[in-house]
Amino acid sequence: MSVLVYTEHAEGKFKKSSFEVVSYGAAIAQQLGTNLVALSIGNVSSDELNKLAQYGASKILSVSEDAYKSFVNQAYGAVIAQAAQKEGANVVVLSASFSGKGLAPRVAVKLNAAYVDGAVSLPDTTNGFMVRKGAFSGKAFADVSISSENKVIALMPNAYKVVENSQNPNVEAFTPVAGSNDFATMIKEIVRASDKVSLPDAELVVSAGRGMKGPENWGMIEELAQLLGAATACSKPVSDAHWRPHSEHVGQTGIAVSPNLYIAIGISGAIQHLAGVSSSKVIVVINKDPEAPFFKAADYGIVGDAFEVVPQLISAIKEFKAVNA
Amino acid sequence: MKILVCISNVPDTTTKINFTDDHKSFVSNGVTFIINPYDEIALTRALEISEANAGSTVTVIHVGDASAEPTIRKALAIGATDAVRINANARDAFFVASQIANYAKEQGFDLILTGRESIDYNGAQVASMIGELLNIPSISIVKSLTLDGTTVTLEREIEGGKEVISCPLPLVASASEGMAEPRIAGMRGIMSARTKTLAVIEPSDVPALQTITNYDKPAPRSQVKLVNVDDVKGLVTLLNQEAKVI
Repeated sequence: MSVLVYTEHAEGKFKKSSFEVVSYGAAIAQQLGTNLVALSIGNVSSDELNKLAQYGASKILSVSEDAYKSFVNQAYGAVIAQAAQKEGANVVVLSASFSGKGLAPRVAVKLNAAYVDGAVSLPDTTNGFMVRKGAFSGKAFADVSISSENKVIALMPNAYKVVENSQNPNVEAFTPVAGSNDFATMIKEIVRASDKVSLPDAELVVSAGRGMKGPENWGMIEELAQLLGAATACSKPVSDAHWRPHSEHVGQTGIAVSPNLYIAIGISGAIQHLAGVSSSKVIVVINKDPEAPFFKAADYGIVGDAFEVVPQLISAIKEFKAVNA
Repeated sequence: MKILVCISNVPDTTTKINFTDDHKSFVSNGVTFIINPYDEIALTRALEISEANAGSTVTVIHVGDASAEPTIRKALAIGATDAVRINANARDAFFVASQIANYAKEQGFDLILTGRESIDYNGAQVASMIGELLNIPSISIVKSLTLDGTTVTLEREIEGGKEVISCPLPLVASASEGMAEPRIAGMRGIMSARTKTLAVIEPSDVPALQTITNYDKPAPRSQVKLVNVDDVKGLVTLLNQEAKVI
């Protein structure tokens, strides 16, 4: 028995969500009295692989065959299932990232495992195996009791803190067996906006709505975000009007986020939007309408015109940074 | 082209969610149900592809009881050719995916589309599971899908960007915003939907792997702390010293 985590990387560097997954997997392994194995697929240096040991992986499997250099959903799913079988792992954890969400169900089918997507805390193993996840798009939580021997869990980004738990690095090469149809798809191109903070796993988010009056006014939103190292986001009417891309739409039919700080500017706070931000730790609302429903779901608020408040906020943060640098 | 679109019947996005006093089930009394918004995007894209490829059909499939029939009829009104309902209580995603995969195996579809996730249980599981059960590729959270002969080009969302993927048919894809702009059913569509085929099929036996034993709503936030508009600096101090988030 063991716990297996799949650790995703981007161009050879592990993401923060991968260290979250390792920390989470290590805690489950401890609960079950077993050890944690981390799996990496693709080209990752041994220094980078060793980092996984810092967070509790007592063994690190690395698949470095050329065929697996870039992400192929079906092929990677097969590798994860094979690694689980090899290690006798009956709990497999992935990040509920865009790729993780596609992979995990395939792994679950291969292992005859129940699968819980979007876990928000450690499983309760006192009486069976129960995992808490978000439901109704942020409007609720559901506790899922699993009856199958094998379990696959996808962990929400930002839901579990990275914990140092140093182990001796023990990296082992792993050679999977490819299935007949594993490599049917091919990546033609990867487009990354490298200067931008990725929204789903961002710790700070600056979000704006129709109160900004038009796409030409987003300069100050981007400036504020850049200053804070935050991702930019928007409400549904804004992305529907094509002022901002759909990938920035936060809410029930967009992306659900759980940052430490969510700053909502000129967003009234419709129930669909609130659903997508309910897991944020701290919410700040800036709106000129004191009756905006968002104030009821906020921790801090300023009643004022975004066009006056945001520039002031930018200079206040610059001043703060100058003092605290 | 034979296209299959999987639809889910979910509470309208404006619904206030409530549970029974024992926290064991969702209270559906007085709730309006709709086609899962992402499934509606998938359906629209399927119709666009079907219109561009003469002789194509778009079948919608739903796993659930008869209470979902108005939602299925709506999908027919929007333009689907015919519909299938697997008459079963959708116990978990694996159950649903297995029923759909069994049907697809018999019928043989070129393209199977779902929404990226349902807005009720947010499982995001069915598309990949169908792909695995049929041993065909599955691409999740797709914001653009174009067909050229038997090759499909898809754009998939990734953190901080997108991935462009080329894939042969058959294929399963889950739709995200951007793949299509949902259509509204016209009067003619609504009239013709009444006479389109809605087949009801009994489920195959699939074991349930999980059950939801408890629901909770997020804890309400404490009263908002308002900062005067003339004291924006004060907000920065609060975020730093009290909330400790910057």
